[in-house]
Amino acid sequence: MLKNPLKKYFWLFCLPTLLAFCIAFAIPFLSGIYLSFTSFTTVTNAKFVGLSNYIKAFSADADFINSLKFTVKFSAVSVISVNVIAFILATLLTKKLRGTNVFRTLFFMPNLIGGIVLGYIWQLIINGVLLPFGYTITSSANFGFWGLVALTNWQLIGYMMIIYIAGINNVPHDIIEAARVDGASNTRILFNIIIPSVMPSITICLFLTITNTFKIFDQNLALTAGAPSKATSMLALDIYNTFYGRVGYEGVGQAKAVVFFVIVAFVALLQLYFTRRKEAEQ
Amino acid sequence: MKYFSKKALALFLCVLVVVPLTLCGCKKDTQEIYFLNFKPEQADVYKEIANEYEKQTGVKVKVVTAAANGYEQTLKSEIAKSDAPTIFQINGPIGYNAWKDYCLDITDSKLYEMLTDKSLAIKSEGRVYGIPFVVESYGIIYNDAIMKKYFALPNRATSITDASQINSFDTLKAVVEDMTKHKSELGIDGVFGSTSLAAGEDWRWQTHLANLPFYAEFSKAANGQDPTTTGQNLKEIGFEFNENYRKIFDLYTNNSATQKNLLGSKSVADSMAEFALGKVAMIQNGTWAYSQIADVKGNTVKSEDIKMMPIYMGLDNEQNQGLCIGTENYFAINSKVSEEKQKLSLDFLQWLFSSDIGKDYVTNKLGFTTPFNTFTAEQTPPDPLARQTAEWLSKPNINSIPWVFTVFPSDVFKTDFGNALLLYVQGTSDWETVVKTVKDSWRKER
Repeated sequence: MLKNPLKKYFWLFCLPTLLAFCIAFAIPFLSGIYLSFTSFTTVTNAKFVGLSNYIKAFSADADFINSLKFTVKFSAVSVISVNVIAFILATLLTKKLRGTNVFRTLFFMPNLIGGIVLGYIWQLIINGVLLPFGYTITSSANFGFWGLVALTNWQLIGYMMIIYIAGINNVPHDIIEAARVDGASNTRILFNIIIPSVMPSITICLFLTITNTFKIFDQNLALTAGAPSKATSMLALDIYNTFYGRVGYEGVGQAKAVVFFVIVAFVALLQLYFTRRKEAEQ
Repeated sequence: MKYFSKKALALFLCVLVVVPLTLCGCKKDTQEIYFLNFKPEQADVYKEIANEYEKQTGVKVKVVTAAANGYEQTLKSEIAKSDAPTIFQINGPIGYNAWKDYCLDITDSKLYEMLTDKSLAIKSEGRVYGIPFVVESYGIIYNDAIMKKYFALPNRATSITDASQINSFDTLKAVVEDMTKHKSELGIDGVFGSTSLAAGEDWRWQTHLANLPFYAEFSKAANGQDPTTTGQNLKEIGFEFNENYRKIFDLYTNNSATQKNLLGSKSVADSMAEFALGKVAMIQNGTWAYSQIADVKGNTVKSEDIKMMPIYMGLDNEQNQGLCIGTENYFAINSKVSEEKQKLSLDFLQWLFSSDIGKDYVTNKLGFTTPFNTFTAEQTPPDPLARQTAEWLSKPNINSIPWVFTVFPSDVFKTDFGNALLLYVQGTSDWETVVKTVKDSWRKER
């Protein structure tokens, strides 16, 4: 009696969400892919041009490749530093110290601030630190690079820390007790018990940090905007500049965006595949 | 009861689904036009004008203002909507190229007829697509109070006695460098305001300052023809007068309020504030900058002390050189909206620039010097920079320099130029690299 109408009207109840999904996600995504094969000024007057946008994306200048290199370098450094520091903080804050809740809240707070604001705050801080030495953040690409790394760490560590804390709290206490009775050292407990048990958290944190650091845009725009000479421009910023920088390059920007999507999806899936396998082994 | 409430819930959900769908289909029947405004500093004035116009004619004018530096982005997304802007702005021949599919042929409009100098309009194959509505000028703005203080110094090294006697690069350089030596006596941090080179803040150099050497080069190449059109067709440039550019640029940065290698963090607003607070004596900017000077808190500059001189960089005949006068603001009418809306839009613009109320708004609130014959000589805006422009225009044997930067190939070209300048002031690359970057980028972007 109850099951039948539910089956019958299932589509009706799905409809609002499905519509929202189509309007906000599926349609823009598909039309984005279509637009990458066209030449257009606005999305309504597109002309099909085949693969030429994709060729131009790589051949018109070296910007895309350069920003890809910069992004990979930046991602590699930040993913490691964010996760290591977040994990260390999580282990510290799961010990029964005074005021852990206060610290957890404090560490999480930067995550609540928007990227543009963070970018400008860090620009002020870094310029202030470099001022006595007669430099600004635009003096060298290295300042921009480490500035971005610091900013990203500051923003993401709190979030990852919360996930690790949840994971560590779920490690069964009796196993650790038993190991301790057997005479295992703290490092041994960490590497042989805690880390394998929080593998699901590691999977999630790695996934979030990899995709987040690859996609960074507003922080990049506010902190350096690519200065000096596009040397600190990441993929998303390069796509944006291509799209709006010259007449007739909207399609090329779109093509870069599609390539960007493929790269991010590939890296993220690869990472999921490897860490999931680790999870299954334990 | 339970059954009923379930039915009610289902009904409620249905309504939730259907209502937004029907809302989309609603139509407004009032007459409405839509103006996408380029200048954020004038957003409020346009709102007032729109209210006034609605009161008089019943036509609603929707005014949307794009964020600074974001006009192209906003226009791109707004114009694709069904409720698209009916009046928008293009920034010159290059802007027309990008938007030609959307620009209505307005050759037969009243607005074009009102234009004093018809050659200012944007034309393609003899038809008119863009009409300028404001004439602006730029040069080196100086604080005459500080200059007077300098000329009163007993131990100064220069022989002239007033800032208005400066009429060449050599005199300017001598005065500026001597002022730098006396800067503590004059109470200034530097002669020039910071040469702002932060991202997006470098347009005064890669666009405005670059106008002068490029105008000289285009004029030479034009051989008596129109320099602007010649420049528009140049596939390659030699950046022939780069040494002149370098001379003035070095003068700016060597006598600046800010150390050279810190310029990468300075914005236009920073340098305008330095000027308004009396910390510097000179700054390169234009008529639009008056509000930025007047609105700074603690402003010490009196408006009668704000004067402007041409940018001297040692080009030929510079004693006859005037300010750079031109426009990069052109009205275009959207060709893809209904004919009725196109007509209403033109009516609105015509009202704004020819009726008494409209003209009052334009002169006193918007502060525009317009290129239309409906305005008399007395109807110039009250601010000192506009008056300086009028003064320079009335001087005999002085030739203004038109804005040829409207034919610079693309934003990427300007950004490349600005990036190269930043590396140059930071000492990471030499002047040769700047010249090469500019030439290469022009070839690539054209």
